[in-house]
Amino acid sequence: MKRLDGSALIIGYGNPGRLDDGLGPALADAIDRANLPNVTVEGCYQLAIEHAELASRHDVVVFADACVEADGNEPFSFRPLQPKMDASFSTHSVEPAVILGLAHNLFGTQTAGYVLAISGYAFDDFGEGLSANARENLDAATRFLQSLLLPDATCEV
Amino acid sequence: MVATTKKLKRIVIEPVTRVEGHGKVTILLDENHQVHQARLHIVEFRGFERFIQGRPYWEMPVAVQRLCGICPVSHHLCAAKAVDRIVGADALTPTAEKMRRLMHYGQMFQSHSLHFFHLASPDLLFGFDADPAVRNVLGVAGKYPELAKQGILMRKYGQEVIKATAGKKIHGTGAIPGGMNKNLSVAERDELLKDLDQMHEWAVGALKIAKDYTMEHLELAKEFGSFESNHLSIVRDDGAMDLYNGGLRAIDKDGKIIFDHVDNQKYLDYIIEGVKSWSYMKFPFIKTLGLDDGWYHVGPLARVNTCSFIDTPQAEAARREYKKLTGGKPNHFTLAYHWSRMIETLHSIEKIAELLHDPDLQGTDLVVKGDRRDEGVGIIEAPRGTLFHHYRVNKDDLVTMCNLIVSTTSNNEPMNRAVRKVAQDHLSGRPEITEGMMNHVEVAIRAYDPCLSCATHAMGQMPLKVTLVDAGGNVVDEKVKE
Repeated sequence: MKRLDGSALIIGYGNPGRLDDGLGPALADAIDRANLPNVTVEGCYQLAIEHAELASRHDVVVFADACVEADGNEPFSFRPLQPKMDASFSTHSVEPAVILGLAHNLFGTQTAGYVLAISGYAFDDFGEGLSANARENLDAATRFLQSLLLPDATCEV
Repeated sequence: MVATTKKLKRIVIEPVTRVEGHGKVTILLDENHQVHQARLHIVEFRGFERFIQGRPYWEMPVAVQRLCGICPVSHHLCAAKAVDRIVGADALTPTAEKMRRLMHYGQMFQSHSLHFFHLASPDLLFGFDADPAVRNVLGVAGKYPELAKQGILMRKYGQEVIKATAGKKIHGTGAIPGGMNKNLSVAERDELLKDLDQMHEWAVGALKIAKDYTMEHLELAKEFGSFESNHLSIVRDDGAMDLYNGGLRAIDKDGKIIFDHVDNQKYLDYIIEGVKSWSYMKFPFIKTLGLDDGWYHVGPLARVNTCSFIDTPQAEAARREYKKLTGGKPNHFTLAYHWSRMIETLHSIEKIAELLHDPDLQGTDLVVKGDRRDEGVGIIEAPRGTLFHHYRVNKDDLVTMCNLIVSTTSNNEPMNRAVRKVAQDHLSGRPEITEGMMNHVEVAIRAYDPCLSCATHAMGQMPLKVTLVDAGGNVVDEKVKE
């Protein structure tokens, strides 16, 4: 896969207080520590509509989230995202595709969107910290995303 | 969904849309299509008060934000105020108090803006009966793109205020027992000042939309889900609107004071929480008036009714204009929640401007402590209304009791009455129930901006039960949510 061209926004979201649901923010932390050029990182509990405005100021947005099964592609899956204009949202939840749709339709940009879904295994309890397997998946996803964000890099998915 | 039994037709609106959290409404119609019963049900519960027991008290300002991602700042600050009492911090330093206030006005600004532009405006701009394919935020984005953008950018600005004061946009850590852990740097202040004028201009515009809507639909507004009631909020010592701190004031339907400047620590002497078998949410009421007559409104409508004045010039001018409509008496229009909410939005940006120009925010004296207590109550005006946090702790600093009365719980009885009135006015006697008619019921609920997620109490105490009865009182169907 080719490098993600232009300015990139990485949004890692989820609840670190629910174990592996914290995979998204953990990925955001890891990418942030790498201090990559032309990359903005946002870690948060949940997506909110103002992320549409933030996304509109970047060429590429990657939504990183934990998932139960990464579309059958463990340890993670990475896929392009089509913008969607969906009327049903609250501040509790906004889908990545709707964020992208609002960025396109309200702010008039053509930001490209991707979803990075990282497999997690422990979601049913309260507590901070990732399971061992989720940690391994996080490391793999981080290496993969870094390779797409580095200048002149290519990567096999 | 419409289900028919022998004698009663049951209509379920589930989920109620464009509100925070999950709720449903059940309406029973008899064979003559008259509304027999109409109720708002809350279909999830949190059990947070039990969960928090055994945790150290100093964790509360951060831990309680896990109640919900909608108004974490209100829970953060309310818990901090209660914990201030426990550490004996009866008066914060000017820097700490003003930082907390700035955080709070940021929360109010973003929350009210989001509700008005993205949750409520589709009904107001397109009409309650409009095609639901258009009557949504995307319809607003299509026909009024500038308004939709304003809503997002006002929400974003409020979130930036929160980030600068709390450390993070969601689940911040700024408020700590006895004060704050940061001040506002000059760089943070200057960044917020850049967009201040624009936010102010948009707040003025939003207020005009809300006011004009009410005046242009005055006959509808007077009747729609409206009824006389008591109102409750905190107010400053001089009676001014104060969203962060003050004594409790309750007024009756005519504006007569029921109680005033009540010490927050004594709220249990004045407010009691009633229970009803069919709802997870409690039904708070004013003790001296009893369960049947003591229920009250909270939130923007109540606050603009209870306060003697607003201490920022443009919001005060707007309040005076608002009060003229009802001859100085309390406004009981459910739809006036929108107008009052936008008065508060303007007030919030005026307060943000005032605070950003105050050099106390760059002070470094951030924390005070005093004699330790084993109990503390914090009360704050959250966007949706008065919020109570009450904790007792043991000698090991662990929480032994937690009681929360969240805003939506106080509005439980009024919301149910609004649902009932709208159902009776707009559904009764109609042979066919349309989507638009059912949306009328949702419009009434939406006006309150309820957040149903954190409005329910301890786990396992009140299973949700829906009972269908016929005109003779016989149970014909029953469903229980375990």
